[in-house]
Amino acid sequence: MAVTLRIVNGKLYDPINNIDGKIQDICIEDGRIVESVPDDATRIDAQGMVIMPGGVDIHCHIAGPKVNAARKLQPEDHRRDPHPGTPFTRSGTGGTVPSTFATGYRYATLGYTTAMEAAVTPIGARHTLEEFHDTPVIDKGFYVLLGNNIFLQNLLREGRKEEFRQAVAWWVNSTKAYTVKLVNPGGDEPWKGKKNSNVSDIDEKIDDLSPRQIIEAFITTVNDMGFPHPPHIHCNNLGHSGNYKTTLETMRTAGDQRAHLAHIQFHSYGGELGKNPDSKAAEIIEYVNTHPNITCDVGQVMFGKATIMTADAPLAYVLRGLTDNKWVNVDTECESGCGILPFNYQEHIYMHSLQWAIGLELFLMSEDPWRVILSTDHPNGGSFMHYPKLIKLLMDRGFRKEEISRVNQKAIAKTALPDLDREYTLNEIAIITRAGPAKALGLKHKGHLGPGADADITIYDEMDDKEMMFNAPRYVIKSGKAIIADHEFVGDHIGKLLHITPEYDAKIEEIVQPFFENYYSIEFDNYAVADSYLHDHEIVPTTNQ
Amino acid sequence: MTMSENIKTVKNATCTFCGCVCDDMVLTVDLDEKRITKAKNACVLGRAWFAEHTIGDWPVAMIDGKEVSKEEAIEEAAQTLVKAKFPIIYGLSDTTCEAQRQAVAITDIIKGTIDTTTSVCHGPSGLAFQGVGESTMSLGEVKNRADLVIYWGGNPAASHPRHFTRYTVTPKGMFIPNGKKDRTVVLVDVRKTPSVPVADIFIQLKPGKDFEVLWALRALVKGKKIDASIEEETGVSLATLEDLVDKMKNCRYGVLFFGMGLTMTRGRHFNSGALMALTTDLNEFTHFVAKPVRGHGNVTGADNVVSWQTGYPFGVNFNRGYPRFNPGEFTTVDTLSRGDADAAMFIASDPASNFPKAAIEHMKKIPVISLDTKQTETSKLAHVAFATSTYGINTGGTVYRMDDLPITMRPAFDSPYPDDEEILTAIKKRVQELVWAKQGIKAAVGEARVA
Repeated sequence: MAVTLRIVNGKLYDPINNIDGKIQDICIEDGRIVESVPDDATRIDAQGMVIMPGGVDIHCHIAGPKVNAARKLQPEDHRRDPHPGTPFTRSGTGGTVPSTFATGYRYATLGYTTAMEAAVTPIGARHTLEEFHDTPVIDKGFYVLLGNNIFLQNLLREGRKEEFRQAVAWWVNSTKAYTVKLVNPGGDEPWKGKKNSNVSDIDEKIDDLSPRQIIEAFITTVNDMGFPHPPHIHCNNLGHSGNYKTTLETMRTAGDQRAHLAHIQFHSYGGELGKNPDSKAAEIIEYVNTHPNITCDVGQVMFGKATIMTADAPLAYVLRGLTDNKWVNVDTECESGCGILPFNYQEHIYMHSLQWAIGLELFLMSEDPWRVILSTDHPNGGSFMHYPKLIKLLMDRGFRKEEISRVNQKAIAKTALPDLDREYTLNEIAIITRAGPAKALGLKHKGHLGPGADADITIYDEMDDKEMMFNAPRYVIKSGKAIIADHEFVGDHIGKLLHITPEYDAKIEEIVQPFFENYYSIEFDNYAVADSYLHDHEIVPTTNQ
Repeated sequence: MTMSENIKTVKNATCTFCGCVCDDMVLTVDLDEKRITKAKNACVLGRAWFAEHTIGDWPVAMIDGKEVSKEEAIEEAAQTLVKAKFPIIYGLSDTTCEAQRQAVAITDIIKGTIDTTTSVCHGPSGLAFQGVGESTMSLGEVKNRADLVIYWGGNPAASHPRHFTRYTVTPKGMFIPNGKKDRTVVLVDVRKTPSVPVADIFIQLKPGKDFEVLWALRALVKGKKIDASIEEETGVSLATLEDLVDKMKNCRYGVLFFGMGLTMTRGRHFNSGALMALTTDLNEFTHFVAKPVRGHGNVTGADNVVSWQTGYPFGVNFNRGYPRFNPGEFTTVDTLSRGDADAAMFIASDPASNFPKAAIEHMKKIPVISLDTKQTETSKLAHVAFATSTYGINTGGTVYRMDDLPITMRPAFDSPYPDDEEILTAIKKRVQELVWAKQGIKAAVGEARVA
């Protein structure tokens, strides 16, 4: 029996279809939005409510080996924030690194229905897919870490461009990934092999290969193969004073080809290395504003508890030196590094307030909301549960001024934040939280409410207090099925994996396999992830397919 | 025994006997006899594991020792678990992640307690990890990079025979072109074990003095003075310790493996914590990592599954409708010995043969459900006993190696017995129906509430 549903009287915000606050019916059949449904379809009366497509998180850390290590590490993070089950939903624990079930349900309670895990080692892909199976409601995908892959770097050193391209496609297929991720490219070998050092310049050669050469190769290859989402790049020098130059150079390296820069707030610092930074948000956002090939997410810092978890192991070690807190480092053979530690952003600390202010500057100086996307780099800048408060900071000038007055004023004085009077509109919020990220990801069925779209829909009571409004949607519909109705869970849903299958020549395996036999500790034949791990899934085509 | 014609070979199969989870087995399988006749690449323990797991002739399901249908046993198991006020589920280290996921789901639905064999092996390392964190690695990094390999409180030659040869000592790696010649191997233990001959340096300490030695090493690493009386206290001379510190600070990539000789002796999680803290300290000078040498084939998977579903690695209770973690309160030896548990389900584990007497005595007083591949002391005292197929031999699925790498198994031959996942999924389904019935809820009521 086809499930049909008609939502009436609601005010639509659907930027992809140029609908900005118009009252219009939405019809749903078989999990998709359709032109019309029969009169006897179930009705939801959305009088006085705002309807948006389900939220899309383009950059978060929610599943896989490093996330699970961070869960195990912090019982204190969970015990104050239990997540009780309901007759329809599993229980779990929250905190900055929630259990898998709590992660899915909590995204749903914010009206988010899609989220992309931003950093997974190839060898950890299987683990990530197992966790995804236990992460309910949301559709999800992940970006596979290839920027410090030793085999691929060797091919680049030897100038074997075609084999590099084939190997990248092979790796994406073998892991069921959505795109490639570069994290501090070139920085792993100094960390693991050269006594915990790091790369400090985009043109510094590490064994004859510079970060810029790695970045350039991935951008060219991925654009050439037409991935729906370009390389997702965590630049070198994250968090370091003066790093905005590296960020600008990274963007310049892309030329006019598509590239996504992750959590640019952490990459927009002026000043001298070793001294307190100042804000270079204006320089960074100016480049983004004038280069339509670039998309980015902000990586806003929110005050309070966070968890640092990153493939940028040297950075985590630097932060460990600041906090002296417990610290985790995980080296993954031939593929990646990883660092994890608990963190706390505090209003009175210059650095933390500056980071908070730079994030807001970037949002408020952005001229194209489609390409400057909301994120907290969950849980690095703070939990995704802060999104409603962040939306209020963007939409409510008065609230923002109050909050500015509460933080370190020396930091604020280094920014343009007090002079920025802009308030985001509901339409712009719909862009930075759903339409924009869906477009940047190349997800044609998401981020909008037109016929053919996935029926992932959030219905909010319209309220003056935007934090309250975005904190508790009245209805959340996932793939046409009501998950939340009248603020209560009424159903469950597994959600599907979003991945790509770029074409490659199987002969590349003959070149990869000998490397495996020499330097990996598992067998080549046991490496690629089997289809049995997919549960429900959707292959998103490349532009060449 | 005659060899049949019906022979198949399974390449790159996985041995789940120990935490090494070697995935390079070449199994010769006699499909008529339903047994593995040869396991190429397996160690002595692995060969025994593959040889011993033939198909038994005991019933799939029994209630109080009498054969019943699988369905009857599932019904009785579900009724028993739902009726209980403080049911516990324990074991899990020798089954697939797929089965472990179902076990946690059942516990959540019945608001029971779930615990794994981690609570009686490397549980203290889990607690130490929560306290100080850990710098660690996948085993391939050791093969490729480690020029200093230290074992502390373990005897891999006996417990993990291929640890040295496949991962840590003899293999040639990317930056270790000559294998063992390029590494220094140190063994620290309270007695001379069969692992000693592998080591370049053997350091013998007095029993129960691990913490003192580790703490002294931390002090020396940080440039603090240690009195020569340390030798009298611990059995290890100051010169030996200074030499070790010198080697640790000056290596390129150092690794500390530790075993139950450290975690299950005086000091327990303090010992593991001291070792992890020492590893962290050393990163000020060079790259240093540590790793517990885990025992059971998928105990690491159990840690991972319980952690991702609940936030905590073992000893988790759902009485309040959400997970709570309290080792000592919710760990199985304790819930049994105190007489708290009023029903128990043991999966792929035989606590009746190795738990303390008080715990075993209590097991005999409460309804026990067991799932195991063989008849065991636990299955003999069980109210409901399921015989299941063997993971990695008859059943596919996922296991996690001791370094958290997930591997998909390649089963060798079919078993007439169901696998753990199948039984647990059926119990979960029935338990959910019974709980919903108790609460007066019909399944799928969610759809109706939208209107």
